[in-house]
Formats: sequence, structure tokens, C-alpha cells
Amino acid sequence: MSVDKDTVRKVARLARIAVPEDRLEPLAAELNGILAWIEQLNEVDVEGVEPMTSPVALSLPMRADVVTDGGIRDQVLANAPQTSDGFFIVPKVVE
Amino acid sequence: MTSLTELKLTDAVAGLKSRTFSSREITQAFLDAIDTSNPHLNAYVVVTHDKALAMADAADARLAKGKKLGRLEGAPLGIKDLFCTAGVRTTACSNILGEFTPTYESTVTANLWDAGAVMLGKLNMDEFAMGSSNETSRFGPPTSPWRRKGDNRPLTAGGSSGGSATAVAADLCLAATASDTGGSIRQPAAFAGLVGIKPTYGRASRYGMVAFASSLDQAGPLAKTVRDSALMLEVMCSPDPRDSTSIRSPVPAWTKAPGKSIKGMTIGVPKEYRVDGMPAEIESLWEKGVEWLRAAGARIVEVSLPHTKYALPAYYIVAPAEASSNLARYDGMRYGARKSTDGGLTDTYETTRAAGFGLEVQRRLLIGTYVLSAGYYDAYYLRAQKVRARILADFDAAFQSVDALLTPTTPTAAFAYGERSGDPVAMYLNDIFTVTANLSGLPAISVPAGVDADGLPLGLQVIGKPLDEDACFKVGAVIEESAGFNARPDRWW
Repeated sequence: MSVDKDTVRKVARLARIAVPEDRLEPLAAELNGILAWIEQLNEVDVEGVEPMTSPVALSLPMRADVVTDGGIRDQVLANAPQTSDGFFIVPKVVE
Repeated sequence: MTSLTELKLTDAVAGLKSRTFSSREITQAFLDAIDTSNPHLNAYVVVTHDKALAMADAADARLAKGKKLGRLEGAPLGIKDLFCTAGVRTTACSNILGEFTPTYESTVTANLWDAGAVMLGKLNMDEFAMGSSNETSRFGPPTSPWRRKGDNRPLTAGGSSGGSATAVAADLCLAATASDTGGSIRQPAAFAGLVGIKPTYGRASRYGMVAFASSLDQAGPLAKTVRDSALMLEVMCSPDPRDSTSIRSPVPAWTKAPGKSIKGMTIGVPKEYRVDGMPAEIESLWEKGVEWLRAAGARIVEVSLPHTKYALPAYYIVAPAEASSNLARYDGMRYGARKSTDGGLTDTYETTRAAGFGLEVQRRLLIGTYVLSAGYYDAYYLRAQKVRARILADFDAAFQSVDALLTPTTPTAAFAYGERSGDPVAMYLNDIFTVTANLSGLPAISVPAGVDADGLPLGLQVIGKPLDEDACFKVGAVIEESAGFNARPDRWW
């Protein structure tokens, strides 16, 4: 599997990263270098192997369904680039 | 006389407790050293002068009363910029976090402050811990206090915890926090002549630790001795209801492990770690390590971990995939730096993220997004997770017959800036001996064991069974004792 300029453009869009047109080709080459190296995983026999998603073989802990946090609006907003009257201000979402 | 900043953590804690010197004295000594050295070494990205002195005075007040003393009472530490510290800027050395100043404390650092420790500041690192040399930091890389004999070129202290390694090696803190996703504690430890341990996955809470790859990230310390690292780790770790992957059993008394006999232990030497092109110096150091452990009464056997060579490629799917998911939160809306445009929401996201993430982070996010995207998920991500299961099975099989494994920590000593940065894959190969412990969640320690022909430190790694950090500390202490490593960087800064 090899990545071309259009794939990089598409992936960059999915990752929400603006990539200038002249960077697409060099990035494709870099990603292909990495992916070619990764291809060696195809040599491994993984027939019947369960994928490993976590190194801890624990069940997820449960806790009582009670409110343990909250009422910290000012803390939540403390690092926002733009706020007004206790709200986040974001660019216009709906035209 | 040894100056206060040269003390080992354990000795400093004892000196503080016996009130041979005050926390304010040792804290001021470190702040002075930082003010003089940091312009040359760039280890700290934030120095918290006032906070440090206030914490020191509070510790001194407790020490004067002599009651309810913490285990690190009055001891000044450095904190990797990956740990959220309330009221102190935390950016994981990325531009995208802007001037982010957490309103809460990470569990790991909270445990340190509860134990009476003093914060000196935040330490440099690779952006989001993605790198092996700190070249990706938004603040520029730190410079290792170590240099090759007869060569003035600046060397890396490794990565991603390079600022932590630089600070401890240059006596700019007694010990430091670090984190390890693919080797980011152990590789800098080896490069800087320090001890570094990554505990079993889940021992240290990830709450308040800026996430890179959640199934691999673990916190741990960088310190001057095995004993110091055991003390640090014991305080840093705790079961934490705020991290669902936190191990719920209590933290053992690791400080009792160094010095215990290893007689009768069986130590495995994995034959697949004898990689092509490994320098003879690393090979002979490894051989020496075997001899030291044998002389201490351990039985040495060769073991096979057949899927070792697939660990790095599997890592470079799993880690970027998890990173692309974790770093999706940086959208410039709720915190961090926003780059406003006239082009609407998506355009603002894309411009913000392009400006905020460095090139290596962008590269990994693109890889991660690609391997998770429709049509490629099974071929890449799912396959990598299956290979990961096979790597763990290799360890499980080996641990049927051995108590711990001995390997080199890194394939080379520290390198100069720019020597590796041209080729991402060559840089990734740094992690070849360390990454398997992350994929499998195992505890692993790096202990300085010798120097190469250029006079640069080299480390040996001990990998333990799950939850058996004790074995790492016991075997590590034997290596430390046998190696008698006492090389120090010549002061040029």
C-alpha cells in the first residue's frame, strides 16, 4: 500500500491539519518510508490471535453513579482563548 | 565537601530530616544553580522560584515540628512539562497549548507534594513526548552536560525526558519526574548516566498527565541511584479512581528491594536483542552485566523472544493511532492557542493545528489518522494489536523459566544534534530495546553500567515480570554496585 499526494491531502483533512500544497509530495514520500518499514508486520502469523488493546488485564472499575465534581465554571473557562458571560466563544458554526 | 546540589536524594532527605541543612538552603542552592546553568543547558522551561521557596518554608516548618513528615520532606525536584501542575504553565513543550495553566494537579505530582517535596520548575521534553532527542521541543532542545572526549559538539540527553535527564545529571534537582511511552525514561537515563524506571503499566496514575498513547504511557522517575529511583517511584505511584487503568493493589515497599540478594534468581538474556551492527562496546558491556549477575549468584540462561523485531513497527502503528485520537482534543476552542481565520470553523481548526503542532507531531498524527481510516484499519491497526499480543506471549513464555531479563538499554551512546534527525526511521530505532516493555506493559529499569570509548555513559536494562518492580530494583542494584559507575560530566557550562 502506498500513499500518494491525494491520500495525504485527504488524511490531513481528516486530521484537521492544514498542509500547504507544496508539502503534500514530500510528506507522501516520508509517510511511504515509514509505511514501507511497517509492512514487515505482514510476515507475522496472526491467525487466531486476539488483538491486544490494553496491557492491564483488568475489568473496568465501577463506581457509584453520583455527582463527585462540578460547580467549577471559572476553572473550566480559565484557559479558553475567548469567553463571554461564562460561555466559550467559538467561530460561527451555522451560516 | 559535597555541595548540597550534588547530594543523592536519599542522603538529602536524611540531611533534611536531621536538620543538618534546611529545605530553604538546599532549594535556594538549586535555584541559584538553575539560574547560572539553565541559559547553557535549557533543561527548565519554567522555573518556579517563589513557589519553590514557599514550599521549602512550609517543609521547614513541618521539619521543625518533626511530626507527620512526608517521605520527601523538603526535597527539591524537577517536573517534566507533561504533568499538569496547578497554577504553573504546562504545555508538553507544544505551541498548541499556548500558555495553558492547569487549574488542577496530576495525581503523580500531587503525591510528591503530599510527601513534602518542593517543585523547582518544569522540564524540557520532546513535543508531546514524541521524539528521542528533544529536538521537537517548542523551546528548543536542552543540551546534555555530557560531551565526547575532545569534542565540543553538543549532545542530546535523549528523549523524550531529555530535560529531566539534563537537570538530574547537571545537579539542577535531586531527582525528576519523567514519562515513558517507548523508552522515554530509560533511553535518557542511559544517555545521561542515570537510573530510570518505567513501572508496570497502571502503577502510576495517568490522571493529569498530558496523553500521548494511552495504552503505553507510564510515569516514572529519573534519579542518580537505584535507591533514589525506588524512593521516587514509591511516592509517585498510587491506585487512583480517576484513572480507569490504574492498578488497584497497594504500592509495595520498593525501597526495601535494593541490596537484597539475587542468589538463586534466574536471569534471561534474550538472543534476539543481539542486533546487527550493535557496537562491540555495547555487546561487551552486556557480557560484563552477565558476569556481574552470575558472580552475585544468579543463574543466567539464554531465552528467545522471537517477535522482538516486530515491536518497533507495531509501536509505530499503535502509538500514532492513539496519539491521533488523543490529540484530537486540541482544537483551539476550550484551551490552548487559537489561530483565528475568516474561513469558518473547519478552517480555524486546520490552521490552529497546523500552527500549533510541530512537524514530527504532524507526521505522527497523519500516520495515526491513516492507519485508523476506513479500509486500512484491519490491515494496519488491528494487525499491529495482534502482533502486540504475540510480543506479550513471547514474554509470558520466557517468564515461565526466568525471573527477569537483562538487555542493553540503547543500541548506541548519546548522539549529537542533527546526527539522526534527517531520517525518522533511523531515529525510531533508538527505542529498539525499550519499546517491547511498553507494548507488553512490563516494568523495566535502566542502570548506568559503563562508558564508551568517547567517555559517554551506557546503560543496562532489567525487564521484570508484571508487577515485579522489586526484581528490577534488586538486579539493578547489583549492576550499580558491580559497575561502580562514578563517571561525571566535565563541567563546561
